[in-house]
This record gives sequence, structure tokens and C-alpha cells, in this order.
Amino acid sequence: MPVSLIEGDSLLAVDIGAATTRAVLFDVVEGQYRFVAAGHAPSTAEAPFKDVSEGVRNAISHLQNVTGRAFLDTDRTLVTPSQPSGAGVDAFVATLSAGPTLKAVVVGLLADVSLESARRLTETVYARVVDSIGLNDPRRPDEVIDGLLTLHPDMVVVTGGTDGGASRSLQKILEPIGLASYLMPAEKRPSILFAGNQKMETEVKSMLGTLTSSLHFSPNVRPSLETEDLEPAARELARLFVNVRKRQLKGVDVIDAWSNGHILPTGYATGRMMRYLSRVYGSTKGILSVDIGASGTLVAAGFKGKSTLGVYPQFGLGENLPGLLNHTTLENILRWSPLDISVGVLRDYLYQKSLYPSTIPATREDQAISQAIARECLHLSIQAARRDFPSNAASLNSRLLPLFDPILAGGGALSDSPTPGQSLLLLLDALQPVGVTTIILDQNNLLPILGAAAGRNNLLPVQVLDSGAFMSVGTVVSPAVQTAYGAQILRARLTYEDGTEARSELKFGTIEILPLPSGHGGTLTLQPSGHADVGFGPGRSGQIPVTGGALGVVFDGRGRPLDLPSDPVRRRELIKKWHWTLGG
Amino acid sequence: MQAPLIHILPLTTITRERLLPVAGRVTARLNQKVGPTDVVAEAAWAREHVLIDVAGALRLSIPAADRLLRCKVGDTLPASAEVAVGTGLFPKTVRTPKEGKVIAAGGGQVLLETGETSLQLRAGLPGNVIEVVSERGVVIKTVGALIQGVWGNGRIETGVMVNLAEKPDGVLTSARLDVSMRGSIILGGMCKDAETLQTAAEVSVRGLILSSLFPSLLPLASKMRFPIMVTDGFGSLPMNSAAYRLLSTNAKREVTLNAEPYDRYTGARPEVIIPLPVTTEPTPPMDVEDFAAGQTVRMRRPPSVGAIGTLVTLRPGLTLLPSGLRAPAADVKMETGETVIVPLVNLEVVG
Repeated sequence: MPVSLIEGDSLLAVDIGAATTRAVLFDVVEGQYRFVAAGHAPSTAEAPFKDVSEGVRNAISHLQNVTGRAFLDTDRTLVTPSQPSGAGVDAFVATLSAGPTLKAVVVGLLADVSLESARRLTETVYARVVDSIGLNDPRRPDEVIDGLLTLHPDMVVVTGGTDGGASRSLQKILEPIGLASYLMPAEKRPSILFAGNQKMETEVKSMLGTLTSSLHFSPNVRPSLETEDLEPAARELARLFVNVRKRQLKGVDVIDAWSNGHILPTGYATGRMMRYLSRVYGSTKGILSVDIGASGTLVAAGFKGKSTLGVYPQFGLGENLPGLLNHTTLENILRWSPLDISVGVLRDYLYQKSLYPSTIPATREDQAISQAIARECLHLSIQAARRDFPSNAASLNSRLLPLFDPILAGGGALSDSPTPGQSLLLLLDALQPVGVTTIILDQNNLLPILGAAAGRNNLLPVQVLDSGAFMSVGTVVSPAVQTAYGAQILRARLTYEDGTEARSELKFGTIEILPLPSGHGGTLTLQPSGHADVGFGPGRSGQIPVTGGALGVVFDGRGRPLDLPSDPVRRRELIKKWHWTLGG
Repeated sequence: MQAPLIHILPLTTITRERLLPVAGRVTARLNQKVGPTDVVAEAAWAREHVLIDVAGALRLSIPAADRLLRCKVGDTLPASAEVAVGTGLFPKTVRTPKEGKVIAAGGGQVLLETGETSLQLRAGLPGNVIEVVSERGVVIKTVGALIQGVWGNGRIETGVMVNLAEKPDGVLTSARLDVSMRGSIILGGMCKDAETLQTAAEVSVRGLILSSLFPSLLPLASKMRFPIMVTDGFGSLPMNSAAYRLLSTNAKREVTLNAEPYDRYTGARPEVIIPLPVTTEPTPPMDVEDFAAGQTVRMRRPPSVGAIGTLVTLRPGLTLLPSGLRAPAADVKMETGETVIVPLVNLEVVG
């Protein structure tokens, strides 16, 4: 139940990440909610602490030092509601991504239908699908049982059957799952989410009710064969995820109690914000949010109120790094590096970094490797996420990324970049947006926190978003074109608010900038050459209003899809040049 | 700021929990003195299961099939034993496909547990049992030197340690290994080829302590039947001087190599324990410390991965690093005498 602005003024939010825990304070300033300050501390899910609440208390202590306000009492317990003395806060929410990747088994009837829905649903939390059980599974039931006993899944996501449809097939599939659970020690039994035929609820309760650590039900993800609605099931899966974490990680129960149940998986909270933003922006283009962290890479997209969410632990920058080579090659990662780095050094890096996910690059070479890996992780994540984008999403070409405006980016790899230019180039390389896009950097990683806060106070996210808490990097113009290096592809004229003008001629293979400071606006006139398309149609000109940012208006003339030179020396020289253009 | 710790200690009190993965029987007693290879607990472990669809085989309803069952939960049945016999002039018989124990019967089905093997949990270190955890295992205490590593292949052994690493950056090659090392735990350096691991298996070493391992060798190293512990990481890394000094000066002693895989959540780490006689019990290792001047620290990230130094000062605020990042950092005096600036998150305290 949302709390009104009058009832609750201040809100403290924490984000418990794999490497870092952040505490963020929002309060009312001049009648509007504002992001006030943030504190952070290393996360403490791991040994020797093994208690996430310790990291939360440390992050809040840091926030106390920054703000000069007291939020914890002498026992280091959160003071809520706020006291007449000024101590404490009125509301508290939390997001969570720390902890080992959950092992999930997906269950459904048909591979292309319900199992695909189960896979998509599972990708909304920090989980890895370790087995898939469907109608056409060639294994005998006892082989399925032994498989489950070996895998020891943390959760089972069951879909299948249309509401009121036949239930016998699904019942047969569930039998070995029940038997495998029965054979596991009670404390190791998986949590089960049933998001299939709603008429089976009583039956499923009697089959599995006593054999799981928790049994959850949600509306059918496919009430009919043609309709898929993941959102209600995703909400229930988020609850299940938090329940599993409460069993796995000490201290989650404390934070859950502090937040009065307002603790959400970070990915789900981000997805919630994207759904909201896609309704607010309401443009024909989609909106996109990406977050690259140690736990995984997250891609959330909104298309006219519809949203998709993909959480990819396999593309995280922490302990799962060696597994990245199951999805790409060392050469593919190194193509992004401006420095000459051997495949051996990169391979060693992936394994060494997985031992110490919270460490940071101290040298230029280490930073180059780190950013090359982040590019590849984000690139692979967006490719995976694209499978679930609606087929009618606005795009210039079906092979390219749909049109997005804005793109919001956060996570350690981006918010910790030394310069906005480095963050921007990483995003342009990995995502390869097309047309005209505003790039916004969530340098304080507020997006998931606002998603969690929305459940407590629906005014707060709106007002904080409008308050400039996010950093606009700039407006990026990326023509969809393929031609010879050096060929002219675009003429641009930026008319500033005071009537002055700046012009740029963009050649293929280059990046250009026209300055436009944050808080300023202008009108951009674009004249593409040949078949280059910036969103007005191939070769068509047009005019659009633009807003400023840290880098102004950036023209990415490298073509789409981005095709880096195969000659490594030339490629590295170009990457260095692009870095230099964007401020190094 | 709280500091991660790695234990490399010449003399300390070591307490370790040794638990079965499933419930079983604890064979060790409280206050019992145990050797590293002594079995302290054991459990029966079923390798596979057989689900017999009685109702389907007899073409009967589930209640009808349940009424015809001739076995109950807990029965141990030989192969071809009758599970259920149908009715009529020529009744069909449902039999067990192999020997097994009935663990569930009902719903028209019978579930058998087959291929039972016993799982034996060894003490893993010499010491005294100071606690018995019912049905799961024991807690053992010992005194000695403790050297922790970063990667282990999950095996455990005890043997006399032979030093084949003349210096911290030595490379262990197959040419260095011969039959005289049978039954020994080898202190090697870097391992760069599969041949070295295969030769170690052929000459029946009891274990390998390596400074680093090529990542491409991890699948092979994981399969080796003897324990392998890596002290510093992957690639070509020399052994950190603290571990090398302690290990090399204890050569020819009996050591326990517990190459338990590193688990960041439980805190389990691969480790070498060298039992030492003492008159008074030394202090146990610290679990948590804050960074402070004077601490011995190890680098966890380039440059100088694994190098040992002394924390000289904690720098105020954020420090600009050569990578362009800004982070809390410290001045660290290396063993070479050079002082370098290192972000705190890239350091761990040795102690």
C-alpha cells in the first residue's frame, strides 16, 4: 500500500550487491523528493562475515558520516520512523543481488511454448537454468529423479497448460519432481513456483505441498496458447527469490524485517522502473536500461508499457567470469581492446578476477582488459535480450537494435569509469544503438532503488527522476549505414537556444562531437548522405530538438552493425582515436 | 575499512569442521585423538533410483495397483523380486529390474534405491575431536603452521613434503619428478603443462602445492586423484614470499594438504597444515581485521599480483590510480624496498 507524501517524508534505500552495498537517502527538499546522498561499503554476504546486514549497517554508517544524520541506534539497528530529534527515517526499502547464482530447473509441456515462457520467467532473477523438463523429454522418470538429485536445484519453475485445459501430462511431469524432493534432505529441497494451468492448484498443492521448502502460485504465464503474461509470475518469482536468499544468506531476514517486506531482487526492481518509464515516455521508440555488475548483466526494456527483463549471471564481471568463454572467444573479447594484449594474459585475467570480484583495475592495461570484457558481456547480454523484444518494436532494420530513447546505463563497470567518454564508448560499442538516442548514466545506481521505493511511495521515483539525479551523457546520433571508411555519411547543424549554430560533417568510421552543455537545449538538423538512415528514412533529412549532456551531441559514424577492422594494429589505432575524440 | 584475510601463519591453533554432505553415522568420539586419514563419519549413498510403474504395467487403476503391492518402504529386494502380482487366470508379475531398497511405495508406483555405496569422511588433519555434530561429523582442533591457497581440487592427503621449488618463481616440470617422490607431497612452483600433472600421477605423489596453474590445466587438475593446491592464482605467478618461506623451511616434515575448493560464502579454502609440537596453545587466526599501518599485505591484482609488502600509510580520501579510477588506497612498501600505491580493495592482509 503506497504511503502518502505527508505520512512519510524520508526514505532510506539500500542495494546489496555482490561486491558493494549502497545506502541512499531520499528526502523532501522544497516540497519535492530529492536524492540527498549515498554511502557505500563492501558487501558482507561472503566469509568471514557471512551476514549481509553487516555490510548494510556499514553502508548506512558511511551515509551517516556523509550527511551528519543518525539512522542507526547504539545497537546498530535502523531507527524508524524518524524521531523528533531528527534521527532515523520514515521508510526503508532494499534491493538484493548478492549471493550465489541460483540453480533453476524449468518445467513445461512444449519446448517452444511453455518451456520458453519458463526460461524467460527464470531470466528475471539471478538464476541459471540447469535443466529443462518437458513433454518430449526422452529420459525415464527415474533418470529425471537422479538428475535432480545430482543438480540440487534451488528452485523449480513450472509452467504449462492453458487455464482449464488438460492436466494429466503436467501431472506426470511433476511426479518425478515430487519424488526427487522427497529424497532430498528437508533443508535442501527446492522452492517451487507453479505458473501453469490454474485449475491444477489444489492438485499441485497435494502433490508437492509438503515436499518443497516453499510452494508459490501465480497466475498462468500462458492463460491461452497465444497469450503470454510474465509480470504476475515474475512478481511471485521475486518473492520466491528473496525467500531462497533468506535461507542461504544470513541477515537477509533482518533487512526484510527493517523494510517491512519491501525487499526486491535488483533486476526485478529495475524492471518495475522500466515499465513505469515506458508508460511515462510513451514514445514510439522503446526505452532501455542496462546494468553491468559483478553478479550479472541486466537488460530491461520498455515498449509502450510492455516490458522485458533479462538478468544474465553468466555475463557478470565477478565469480562467473571463466564461464564467459562458454559463450564467446578470447579473440572476440580482445577485439575491443585499445592495447595489444595476448590471449594468454586475458585468459589468466578471467580466472584471477573470478577469485577476487571486488578488486578494481589499477593499471592502464588492467583497465583496458576490464573494459574489453565489460563490452563483450554487455554485447552478449543485449543479443540474448533481443530474442524477447516484441517483433513489432520500432526499428530501422530487423538486424539492428530496435530504436531506443533514452538508454539508461548503470552498474560498477559504467559508473566507475574514469570519464563519461569511456562509459559512452563502451555503451556505443556493446549496444550499437541506431538513430537518435539520449544516453543517461545512473552513476549512483539509483534505478533499481527507485523501483523498490515505488512500492512504498509512488511519488518519490517521479520526482527524483525529474530532479537531475541521473547524469545525461548526451544525445547520440548513429546512422544506420555501411560504406567505405572516410566516405561522408551525414551533415549536421546544431542551432543553440541563443540562435548561434555549430556544424559537423560526419565521415564513415569516425566519431564527432558538437558541444551542448547539460541543462541546455537546441535544434539538430540532420542531412544523411546516400542511404544513411538516422530515423527519418534512408537518405532523408529532418530536424529534432535535443538536450545537452556531459559530452553534448555525439555523432557515431562507425556504421551499424559496427564492423571493426580485422587488422589488429589498425583496429587498436582507431579505438584509441575514438577514445581520444570522446575525451580519453 | 575491513580487510579480507588470508592465513599464512608459522604457528597457530586451527579448528576445522568436518561434515558429511548427507546425514550419516559419526564414528569418532569426543576428545578422541585422530590422524588425518582416520575415518570420523560415514554414510550410505544411493547412486541411482528405479521407478517401477506398477499401475501402468498391470493396466490397473492406482488404488487397485496399490492393493496388489507385495513390498513396503524399507524392504530390500533382490533382482527379479516380485513387486506386485496381478489378478486373473494368467496374472502378470511386476519384478524388480535390479537389487534395491524400497524407499517409496504408493500412487501405483514403487521407487527403489539402488547401487548403494558408502561414503567415508576422513579427519583431514591430525588433532583432537572437540565437538561431535550429530549424524554429520566432528570439529577437530590442532596446532601448527597454516598456509592457505586460492584453488584446490577437492582431495585431501597427508605425506612428507619434498621441496622441488628452489625459488618462488620456479617452474615444476615432469623432468623433476621421479619414483623417489612416490608418497610425497611436492612443493612445486608454476605448472604450465599437462605432462607434469600426468607424470605426478604416474609416480604416485601424494599431492602438489603449486604457486600457479595454467587455466587450461584446470579440468585435468580437477580430475587428479591426489590433492592439488594453488597458492597464488592462474597463469605464471610466483609463490608469494610468505607462503614460500614457510613451506620451504618446513620441507621434509609431514604435512596435511587439504585441497578443499575455495568457497567465498562458507570461507572454505584449500590449505596446508603442518602439525607442530607446542607447550602452550597459540592464538587462533583472526577472522576479521581493519586495514592498518604495519600490516603485512598481499596484492590481489596487477601490478605485482601475489607480491607481499607492508602497509605504510592509509591515504586520506580517494587516490587517482594509473588506470584513471579513484579509490581509497594505501602506500605499501614492497620487499624490494619500493613503495607503491595500491587501492585497498586490491589488498588482503596476511595473518
